[in-house]
Amino acid sequence: MGLRNFFDRIEPHFTKGGKWEKYFPVYEMVESFLYTPKTVTTAAPHARSYIDMKRIMTYVVIATIPCILLGLYNVGYQVNMAIETLGPSGWRAWIIDTLGIGFNAANPLANMCHGLLYFLPIYITTLVVGGIWEVLFATVRGHEVNEGFLVTSMLYALIMPPDVPLWQVGLGISFGVVIGKEVFGGTGKNFLNPALTGRAFLYFAYPANMSGDTIWTPVDGFSGATNLAIAASQGYQEIVVQGSTWMDSFLGFVQGSIGETSALACFIGLGFLLITKIANWRLVVGCLGGMIGFSLLLNLIGSDTNPMFAMPWHWHLVVGGYAFGLAFMVTEPVSASHTNLGRYIYGALIGFMVVMIRVINPAFPEGMMLAILFGNVFAPLIDYFVVQANIRRRARRNV
Amino acid sequence: MAQTRKDMLVDPLVDNNPITLQVLGICSALAVTSSLQVAFVMALAVTLVTAFSSMFISMLRNHIPGSIRIIVQMVIIASLVILVDQVLKAYAFEISKTLSVFVGLIITNCIVMGRAEAFAMKNPPVASFIDGIGNGLGYGLILMLVGVIRELFGSGSLFGVTILETVNNGGWYVPNGLLLLPPSAFFIIGLIIWAFRSWKPEQVEEREYKIQVVGDH
Repeated sequence: MGLRNFFDRIEPHFTKGGKWEKYFPVYEMVESFLYTPKTVTTAAPHARSYIDMKRIMTYVVIATIPCILLGLYNVGYQVNMAIETLGPSGWRAWIIDTLGIGFNAANPLANMCHGLLYFLPIYITTLVVGGIWEVLFATVRGHEVNEGFLVTSMLYALIMPPDVPLWQVGLGISFGVVIGKEVFGGTGKNFLNPALTGRAFLYFAYPANMSGDTIWTPVDGFSGATNLAIAASQGYQEIVVQGSTWMDSFLGFVQGSIGETSALACFIGLGFLLITKIANWRLVVGCLGGMIGFSLLLNLIGSDTNPMFAMPWHWHLVVGGYAFGLAFMVTEPVSASHTNLGRYIYGALIGFMVVMIRVINPAFPEGMMLAILFGNVFAPLIDYFVVQANIRRRARRNV
Repeated sequence: MAQTRKDMLVDPLVDNNPITLQVLGICSALAVTSSLQVAFVMALAVTLVTAFSSMFISMLRNHIPGSIRIIVQMVIIASLVILVDQVLKAYAFEISKTLSVFVGLIITNCIVMGRAEAFAMKNPPVASFIDGIGNGLGYGLILMLVGVIRELFGSGSLFGVTILETVNNGGWYVPNGLLLLPPSAFFIIGLIIWAFRSWKPEQVEEREYKIQVVGDH
């Protein structure tokens, strides 16, 4: 293997005493990305498993593939649909024109290509800007750059609206990586989800570019609200009146951020994560239970002035970012609770908060991002009480 | 005390800053820093109150009974705060409206109380006065730093004078809305503390826990 030999030859330069000693994290990042990490746990308790961080992180990235594909298709589809009436504009249209792909919304390949032209710049910006921060911190702090960043950057790119300016993408991921993760010590020590921290930063800093009716399909002059926004202002029945069925929301052919529109794709990813046991099923049960329970309660209470009260749980499930958040962010092992009972509570808290923010808070139509960050903050506290309760229970038994 | 008067004045600016080292007075620092003008008036008000309350408390320090000293300190501080509040209402009504309750809350500002309790009760009046000025300036320094960042990037201006022309007025700068919300001051103060402690490592607190290295690779 020529590549292996190359790494073996240059490795001494990066280890202690070598001339590029300071840049060991960079070497380690590239090397362990290509090969299996050499370091294994040596200390007690000698639990051995086939699973390591690299595999966990790679699995999560694999799980997002359905979301990516359907997201690309949907972005291209929405854009091409809008172009039929409004006409093409911008450099992306020029590329499509030059390549002779065309703007036919009925052609899946044309849609994918057009979607790719929106997704790739966002994703590349995320990787480059976030990667610079990662390497900077790894070099200064002397820890490793690991595959966790691949997950963060992929999730972050998928929850961006297609129309977001790239400098904002860079600013958001900088905030997410530095404040959401690195100041607390890097991967595994972050109590907030870095991708969501970055998005929340953008959401509050530049609300005009992160919410509203004009950002979901990036064609000049196009205006289309997300289904959640329609439901919030006129009631969920209005979604169907405007020609979008529950099935459309489930499959993902609606307005929304790049990767989050398709509940089906998210559930495929979630299924993969559950089978491989990367995601803990208790979190999912808790989150579904909290959401279904509280929305049923609100259905029962009812309201004359707020149409969101009447929204049934199967609509909550498919609109907005609920499915995406449930699949990839609630189940994130680092920022979730670590005790089994705590996982139910943590999930239920998020499920409850989503419905709470969506229905009762008039300021934000979407609640998943804020609900998960809220849950993240409470996760250590939940664990603490679960552990304390267990200690008390056992102490009583042994009086 | 081995401290010279100059030390008393300069120490609280960086080495013993009330906000970044003692982490006091955070509440008002979050609330009043979205515009520099307001932050400046607040810093001035706190500096004056701290200086004069320290001086008066120091004058009375041998006559204040220990069991009711907090109440006596509060009376002095409160009188001064009312004075400041009335002056602001008379001569800078707009600013006093923006500052709203936060002028009144100087009474409970930890920095004022802290200096009264920690310094003025044990030191002569002139030293206490200088110490109060120094701490007020240390508070003001951070307030101004935060204020510059928040106003410049949040609304593109400094002291109300436009520096970065915003998009809404036909310029190029997209203002960062988060910086106008109070939570942003948390991040900024946190980052300032980080910068200070990287610059002066002796300010770093000892860890409450130590990560044990069990086995070596």
